[in-house]
Amino acid sequence: MRLLKLVPNDTNIKFLKYRLPFYVVSILLIAASWALVLTKGLNYGVDFAGGLELRATFEQSENAPIPELREQVASLGYGEPIVQKFGADNQVSIRVRLPEAAEGDNEAAQLIANEIVTEISQNHSDFRLDGNDNVSGKVSGEFWETAIWALVAAMAAISIYIWVRFEWQFGVGAMFALFHDVSLTLGMFALFQLEFSLQIIAAILAIIGYSLNDTIVVYDRIRENLKKFRKMELPELLDLSVNETLARTVMTSLTLFVALIPLVLFGPESLFGLASAITLGLFVGTYSSVYMAAPILIWLGVDSNSFIPEESVADKQDRIARGES
Amino acid sequence: MLEFPTWRKVWLWSLTLVAVAAALPSIFSAANIRWPDALPDPVVNLGLDLAGGSHILLEADPQQVKTQRLQNMEDAVQAAFRSAEPRIRAGDVSTRGERLSFMVESTADVDRAREEILPLVNGTGLVREWDLRVDDETRFVLTQTDAGTEAAVSNAMDAATDVVRKRIDALGTREPTIIRQGENRIVVQVPGLDDPEQLKELLGQTAKLEFKLVDPEFQNAVPNDSALSISKVGTQVVPYAEGSGQEGTSMVVRRLGGIQGDSLIDAQAGKKFDDNSDVVNITFDAQGGARFAKLSSENVNRRFAIILDGEVISAPSFNEPIYGGQAQISGNFTVDSANALAISLQSGALPVDLEIIEERSVGPDLGADSIRKGIIAIMIGFFAVIALMVATYGRFGVYATYALVINVLMLLGIMAIANTTLTLPGLAGFVITIGAAVDANVLINERIAEERRRGRRVVAAVENGYKEASRAIYDANVTNFIAGVLLFLFGSGPIRGFAVVLILGLFTSVFTAVTLSRMWVAGWLRRSRPSELNL
Repeated sequence: MRLLKLVPNDTNIKFLKYRLPFYVVSILLIAASWALVLTKGLNYGVDFAGGLELRATFEQSENAPIPELREQVASLGYGEPIVQKFGADNQVSIRVRLPEAAEGDNEAAQLIANEIVTEISQNHSDFRLDGNDNVSGKVSGEFWETAIWALVAAMAAISIYIWVRFEWQFGVGAMFALFHDVSLTLGMFALFQLEFSLQIIAAILAIIGYSLNDTIVVYDRIRENLKKFRKMELPELLDLSVNETLARTVMTSLTLFVALIPLVLFGPESLFGLASAITLGLFVGTYSSVYMAAPILIWLGVDSNSFIPEESVADKQDRIARGES
Repeated sequence: MLEFPTWRKVWLWSLTLVAVAAALPSIFSAANIRWPDALPDPVVNLGLDLAGGSHILLEADPQQVKTQRLQNMEDAVQAAFRSAEPRIRAGDVSTRGERLSFMVESTADVDRAREEILPLVNGTGLVREWDLRVDDETRFVLTQTDAGTEAAVSNAMDAATDVVRKRIDALGTREPTIIRQGENRIVVQVPGLDDPEQLKELLGQTAKLEFKLVDPEFQNAVPNDSALSISKVGTQVVPYAEGSGQEGTSMVVRRLGGIQGDSLIDAQAGKKFDDNSDVVNITFDAQGGARFAKLSSENVNRRFAIILDGEVISAPSFNEPIYGGQAQISGNFTVDSANALAISLQSGALPVDLEIIEERSVGPDLGADSIRKGIIAIMIGFFAVIALMVATYGRFGVYATYALVINVLMLLGIMAIANTTLTLPGLAGFVITIGAAVDANVLINERIAEERRRGRRVVAAVENGYKEASRAIYDANVTNFIAGVLLFLFGSGPIRGFAVVLILGLFTSVFTAVTLSRMWVAGWLRRSRPSELNL
C-alpha cells in the first residue's frame, strides 16, 4: 500500500528570506488590530453585555420550537439570541442584546420587545408572553480583571520555563508569537464586528494552546540544530529547522483543519463563531511559529554556543594536560 | 526505550482499563442506557451551557438590612457613650420609624455626645449615610439617608453573593452561574437537576449560630402558648425548630453572655461516638474557644441552647468543662441535614435572609438541537482525522487512532472520577488535548521516517524517533501544563473550566500518544521483525 505523502523529503524553501517585509506587515497588522479593538470596540454578546429577557409559553404545544425561535429572533438583527427552555417543556426564555442606543432606555427596550413578540406571534398563534425584563450579563464585572491577570501570570511562567529549557531569546519569541495570535484574532472580531461571546474566550484559549505547542516544536528543532551545526549561519540554520519540521507542521495543521471544517460547515449556527475562530487561529498560529517566533531569534542574537554545556574547570585542566587546544 | 517487561505492560493496561471503565457510566447515561445500580457510577457533569440545570431566584428584604443597621448604630452609640470619660448618660431610646432617637440626660453632655456620634455617622465613604438632628437641645435623632441605605443593601448583597457562592461551589469545579439581579436579588443556576432540595436547604439557611445559657428558673422546655406570658428581665423565649423533635415548645434563655457562631473556624459533619447519630463538629477560633471554655466551666451540669437562625435545635447540658475549642452540635440530624449545616457554618452566616421566590429547571444555553448538530459535526471531523492519519502513516496511523480513542475515553473517565463539570470552554480544552495527541504522533512518525532516511536500521530508527520526538513533546506539554495551572489559579468561570480539562488532558494525551503507542509499536517490531518501515 502506498501511503499519502504531503511534503516531499528534503525540502529547501527559503522561508526566512523575506523575514523583514513579513515582520513589518505583521507588526502593522498587530497595530491595526489594536486600533480596531480600541476604536470600533468588540461586539459583545448578551453573555457579556446583558440585555432584554422575554419569557413565554406556547400554550398549545408540548415543546417550544426552540431552533425556529432562534432563527426568527436572529433575523430581526439584534445579534445571536440565547433561547433556552425555562421551566416546563413549552416555556422558554429568550435573551437578546439591546443595541447601544436602547441601553437604559425603557421605551426603546419595550419597542424591541414588542417587535420580537409580533415576529413570533405571526408564526405561533399559541404564543403567550409571560413577562420581560432587563437582565445583566452572565459574566461578572471582575471576569476581565481575573482573565487578564491569569493570562499575564501564565505568560510570565511560560517565559521562565522556556528561558530555563532554551534561552531567554526563545522566551521572548514565544511570547511575541502569542501576542501576535491573540491580537489578530481580536482584530478580526473588531473588524467584522463578529459577536464576541463566552465561546470566543474558549476559542482564544484554544488558539493560545495550539500556538504555544507549534512554537515549541519549531524551537526544539532549532535547539537541536544549534547543537549540531556550530558553524552554520543563524538564518540558514533557522531555514533548515523550519524545513525539517515542515512535514510535521503541514500534517498537524491539516489534521486539525479536517477536524474543524465539519464544525464550521455543518455545525450548529451557535458554534459557528467558536469553530471559525479556532480555524482562523490555526493558520495564524502556524504562521507565527515560522515568521514571528523564529526570525526574532536572529535579531535578539541567539548565540550558537548557548546550548554547549559549559566546560568545568577540571575538564579544562584535563584538556590542557592532554595538549589539546 | 522499546523494552517492555511483562509487569510494565500489565501496569499500563490496568491503568488504561480503569480510566476507560470510569468513562462508561457517562457514555451509558448520554446514550440513555441504564447503568447497573450495583456498580459505582462516576459521571461527568455537563455544564449549564451544555445540559441546563436548576434555576433559583433569591430575594432579600431591604427592610431587614435597615433594621439591622439601626440596631448596629444603637449598639455603637451605647458603646461609645459607655466608654466615654466620664460616661455619657442617655435615655428614652427608640428605634421606631426607621430612626434612632434618644435623649442625653444632662445638657452639659450634648456637645460631647455629638463629638462621639459624628465619627459613627460619617462613616468612611463619600456618601452621607446618616442625617443627624438635635431637637429640643437634648434629643438626638439619627435618620438613615436613602444613599446610606442603598449602600448598605448593596454591601449586604455583595457579601451574600459571596456566601452563596461558597456554599454552592466550595471546590470551584461545579461551574454555577451566580449573579446579582436588580437591587436585592440573586440568580443562582447550578448544572444538573439531581437534588434541588439539597440546594434549597443550603441556600435557605442564614446559618446564624448562637449558644445561650438556659435560664436556671426554666430548665425544661415550656409549651409555646404559656411561654408567651413569661417576661423575666434579661431573658428571651426561643422556640424549638421544626424537626427537632420538640416542636411546639420553647426554651427560656439568657439574652446576654452567650457565644456567637462567627468565631468558628471549621465545621464538619460527623457521627456521635456512643449512639452513631449524626452531629456537626465545630472548632472555635482562639478567642471563641477561650470564651466557650469559660462558659462551660462556670456552668457545669447546666443546660444551654444551641440556636440556629432564631430557633433552638437542641439544648444539652455541659457535662464537664470543654477546653480546646472543639464542640459537637447534636439535634435530630440526618446525614444530609448535618452536611448542609456544616457547609452553611463554614461559609459563614448570610448577612441578610434570602427567600427563594422562584425555582425552575432551565434548558441548555446552546439548545439541545445545536448540541446534536455539533456532536454530528465532531464525529465527522473525528473520522476525517482517522482517515488522514491511516492514509499517511499506515500501521503507525492505526496505532495513533487507537491512542486517540483511548485518550478521549480516559480523559472522560478521569473527569468523571474527579467529579468535574464539562462546559463548552472545557470542550475547547478537549480539542486542544486531542490536537496535542495527534501532534505527538505526527512528530514521532515524521521523526522515525527522517531517521530511516538518514540510514538508520529499523529498530534504531524507531527508538531514535521516539527519543528525539519526546523532547519536543515534553517541552510543549509542560508549557501548556504551566499555562493550565496558572489559568486555573487566577482565572474564573469559563477559564477555569478550560484549564481543568487542559491539565487532565495533557496527562492522558502523553500517556496514550507516547507511552501506549510505543508499547504497541515495540510489540509489533518484536513479533514481525520488519526489514522496512512503510512510512
